Amino acid sequence: MIDELFTISTLIGILHSCVRLATPYLFASLGETFGQRSGVLNLGVDGIMLMGAFFGFYVVFEGHNLWVGVLAAIAIGVMMGLLKAFVSVTMQSLQGISGIGLYLFGLGLSSLLFKTLIGSVEGVSGFRQLPIPLLADIPGIGHILFNHNALVYLAYLMVPASWFVINRTTLGLKIRAVGHNPEAADTLGVSVNGVRYTTLMIGGALAAVAGASLSIGLQNVFQENMTNGLGFIAVALVYFGSWRTVGVLGGALLFSLVNALQLWVQALDIPVPSEVAVMMPYIMTIVVLAFTARQIQRPAALARSYERGE
Amino acid sequence: MPTGRRRIEDQIVYGISRPTGGHRAVNFRLNAPYVQMYGIVKRFPGVLACDHVDFDVRRGELHALLGENGAGKSTLMRILYGLYQPEDGRILRDGAEVTIHSPTDAIRQGIGMIHQHFMLVDTLTVTENVALGLKSSREPLLDLDRVEDGIRELSEAYGLQIDPRAPVWTLSVGERQRVEIMKALYRGAAMLILDEPTAVLTPQEVDELFVTLGYMKENGYSLVLISHKLQEILAISDRITVLREGRLVGTVPTGEMSRQELARMMVGRDVMLERTREDDIDVGDVKLRLNDVKALDVTGQPALRGVSLSVQEGEILGVAGISGNGQRELAEVIAGLRPIAGGSVEMDGTPISDWTTARRTESGLAYIPEERMHDGIVRDFAVSENLVLQEHTSDKFSNGIFLAFDYIARYSRQLVQDFYIKTPDIRTMTRNLSGGNIQRLILARELSRRPKVLVAAQPTRGIDIGAIEYIYQQLLEQRDTGMATLLISEDLDELLALCDRIAVIYEGQIMDTLIREETTAEELGLLMAGVHPQKQ
Ligand SMILES: Nc1ncnc2c1ncn2[C@@H]1O[C@H](COP(=O)(O)OP(=O)(O)OP(=O)(O)O)[C@@H](O)[C@H]1O
Ligand SMILES: [Mg+2]
Repeated sequence: MIDELFTISTLIGILHSCVRLATPYLFASLGETFGQRSGVLNLGVDGIMLMGAFFGFYVVFEGHNLWVGVLAAIAIGVMMGLLKAFVSVTMQSLQGISGIGLYLFGLGLSSLLFKTLIGSVEGVSGFRQLPIPLLADIPGIGHILFNHNALVYLAYLMVPASWFVINRTTLGLKIRAVGHNPEAADTLGVSVNGVRYTTLMIGGALAAVAGASLSIGLQNVFQENMTNGLGFIAVALVYFGSWRTVGVLGGALLFSLVNALQLWVQALDIPVPSEVAVMMPYIMTIVVLAFTARQIQRPAALARSYERGE
Repeated sequence: MPTGRRRIEDQIVYGISRPTGGHRAVNFRLNAPYVQMYGIVKRFPGVLACDHVDFDVRRGELHALLGENGAGKSTLMRILYGLYQPEDGRILRDGAEVTIHSPTDAIRQGIGMIHQHFMLVDTLTVTENVALGLKSSREPLLDLDRVEDGIRELSEAYGLQIDPRAPVWTLSVGERQRVEIMKALYRGAAMLILDEPTAVLTPQEVDELFVTLGYMKENGYSLVLISHKLQEILAISDRITVLREGRLVGTVPTGEMSRQELARMMVGRDVMLERTREDDIDVGDVKLRLNDVKALDVTGQPALRGVSLSVQEGEILGVAGISGNGQRELAEVIAGLRPIAGGSVEMDGTPISDWTTARRTESGLAYIPEERMHDGIVRDFAVSENLVLQEHTSDKFSNGIFLAFDYIARYSRQLVQDFYIKTPDIRTMTRNLSGGNIQRLILARELSRRPKVLVAAQPTRGIDIGAIEYIYQQLLEQRDTGMATLLISEDLDELLALCDRIAVIYEGQIMDTLIREETTAEELGLLMAGVHPQKQ
C-alpha cells in the first residue's frame, strides 16, 4: 500500500509522469508570461486551451497528420489572442472581465463544436513516445527525462527560447518596457498596442498548443471541459514564478509533481479520499499564491490599459 | 528629403554623434533658427493653455522659457514634442513647415525632450533604456554592447557621468536626468527641451548639468530651458521668452535683463524677491523629537545613522544637505511611510514609531512629500477629492459612511481660491494640473488642516516666484500660531530666510545644528560637504 509509493520503480514512474504532465502547464504559462510581461493579464487561457485541444484533436480525428493538428491549434490560438487583444487593448475593456468572457466563450464553443462535429468520446493515436537514442538508455534518468513524445520535448525547449526572446531581443526589450512603463515606451516611439497584440498572439498560440498537448499528446481524447481549470493554474504559475521563465519552469514542475503523485496515489489504491487527491493541485495554488508576494519583478502596468494622456 | 533628416538617421544607425574634432554633431550656421513656432493655440477643457504663441530657437542657443505656474510653458513644449496637437499654428524646422504628431515624429526632426517627471523604465538598465525603441545592428537581437560603447563615448564627450549597466531604480534623481539626456543625445537630437531640469537637482548637479549644456551649445545644439529660478536663467541663457496665462509677453536678450524686470514681466506686478522674517516669537514645548533614529534606504543600505533632533512649538527647524544624504528617509520615517530600524520618534512627548500613517495624521502631523507626483496625490482623482484625501472620514466631510459632497465642494472652492490653485474646476482631474499647481494643492490640503507638526520636503520646488512668496507667508503665519515645522530644503537662501535653527545632514547624520543668526551660507555649505569648519 503506502510503502509501494516508495519503491524505486514507482518513484521513477512518478518522476516520469511529473516531467510529462508539466507539458501543458509549461506551454500555457510561458505564453501567459509574454502577455503579463507586456502588461496584459489574460484570464482566458483555459478557454483558448479548450479551443486548441478541440481543433488539434478534430484535425487528427479527420485523418490528418499530427503536426497539422498542432498547426490548426496554433491558428485558432492566434485568433483567440487577437480577439483578446481587440477587446482589452483596442477597446480597453477591463482585462480581468474580458478574460473570463474569453474563457466562457472557449468553453462553450469547444463543447458545441464537439457535440455537433464529433458527438461521442473517441480516441485518436496521438504523438508517440520518442526515446532519444543513447540518452534514453541511462538507467532511471533516461526514462524520466528522455523517453517522451515530441510535444513534451518541445515544451521544455520553449523555456530557454522564451527566456531568449524576452531578454535578448529587441522585441523582448519592448515587451519589458511596455509592461513596466508604457508611457516611457510610447515617448520613444514604441507602439504599446502593437507590442501587446504581439504578446497576446504568442500567448494564444502557446495556450492552444497546451490544449493540443492534452488532446493529441497526453490523453489522446477530447472531452468537454477537459482542461478542468488547468489554464487558471497556468495563470497562477506566472505569479508563482515571479514573471521569470525559470520560475515558471519550477512552478510547472512542482504542480505536475503534485498531479503525478495524485495519479499514482489513485492508481495504487492508496486509501486517500480521491476528492482530496484531486483537490491537491488547487489547494497548492492558493497556498503558493498566498506565500509568493515577492513583487519586485511584477510588471508595474499589469492589467492596466494604456491611453496616451491628453 | 531634407539633408538634416538624413543626418539624424545616419546617427541613429551609427549610434553616436561625435562632438569633438572637425566632425560636429550638427553642422550649423550660428543664429539660424532651428525651430520656429507661429500662432500656436491649444485649448483644454476650461483653459486656453496657449493663445497664439510665437516661439523660436536658434542653433547653438540656449533659450529660456519663463512664466508662472500654469502659464502654458510645458504645454507649448509638449506640442513641439508631439505629445499634444495644437488647434492652430505652424511649426517650421530649418525653415520648412513640418507636422509633428508624435514623439517619434519629433525625434525624427531632431527634437528631444526631458520631462518634468522622467520617462524611464525603472526595472531596465541604463543601456536598455537608451536602446529601447531603436533599431539594433543585429535585429532582431539586441546589441547592448555596442550601445554601451556609444554611451561611454558620449558621456565622456559631454561630461555626463553614468554607469551604463546600473538598473535605473538604483539611480539618484540627478543620474536619472543624465540618462534622459543620454537618450536624446544617442538618438542624434539636434535640439533638447528641458522642462524644469534643475528643480530636482542638488546645487552641484546643477553645475554639472550646466557644463554639459555648455558643451552642447558649443556644438550647435539648440536648447530650451524651463525654470523658475531667475538667477539660473540669467546666468546661462542667451534669450528669454516669458509667457503669462497662455499668452506671449515677450522675447528678450538675456544680457539686458535683471531679476526685478523678469519678475515683473512674469507676474505683471512688482514682486518682493528678498524675504525677511519677523522677529522671533517665543517657542514652546517640544512637539517633535527624534532620538537616535536609524533607517534603511530602498536598496537596504543604512540611510539614517542615528539622527537626533527636536522641533518646538512655533519653531521652524531647517534640514540642509545635498540630496541623497538621508533627507528623504528622514521625512518618510516621521510620516510613517518607512519602517524605523532603530531609535524612536515622539510627537507631543508620545512615542509614535509604531503608529500608522493615518493615526499620525489624525494626531496633527502633516507631510508635504518630495515626490509630489507619486506620493502626494492620486493623479486620477478630482482636485476636490485630493483636497480632502486625508480627512475624508472626519465628521466634517462625511455623514456616517457617505461623503458630504456639498460641503466638500464649498470647502474645496475656498481652498482653490485661497491658495491660488489654477484649475478650470474643482472636478478637474488632478493629473491635468500644471506641476506647480499640484504642489499648491498639496500645500493647501496640508496647511488648511492647521497641523501641530509639519514636515515639508522641498515645498517650493517647481513653484513660481509669486507663489513662493505666498507659501513663505503661510508657513510663517502658521508658525506664529504655534505650528512646529521641519523644513527640508537644498535651497540655502530659503533656509536662511525662514528657519530659526538649521540642522545640516550629511551621510545620514546630523553634522551640527546652528542658530540662523549665527551662521552663514559658507559655513552651511562646508557642513553639507561633510567638513567641520572649526576642526579644519
Ligand atoms: N492634459 C491636460 N488636460 C487639461 N488641462 C491641462 C492639461 N495640461 C495642462 N493643462 C492646463 O493648461 C494650463 C497650462 O499648463 P502647463 O502645464 O503648460 O503650465 P506650466 O507653465 O508648465 O506650469 P508649471 O510651471 O506649473 O509647470 C494649466 O492651466 C493646466 O491646468
Ligand atoms: Mg510645467
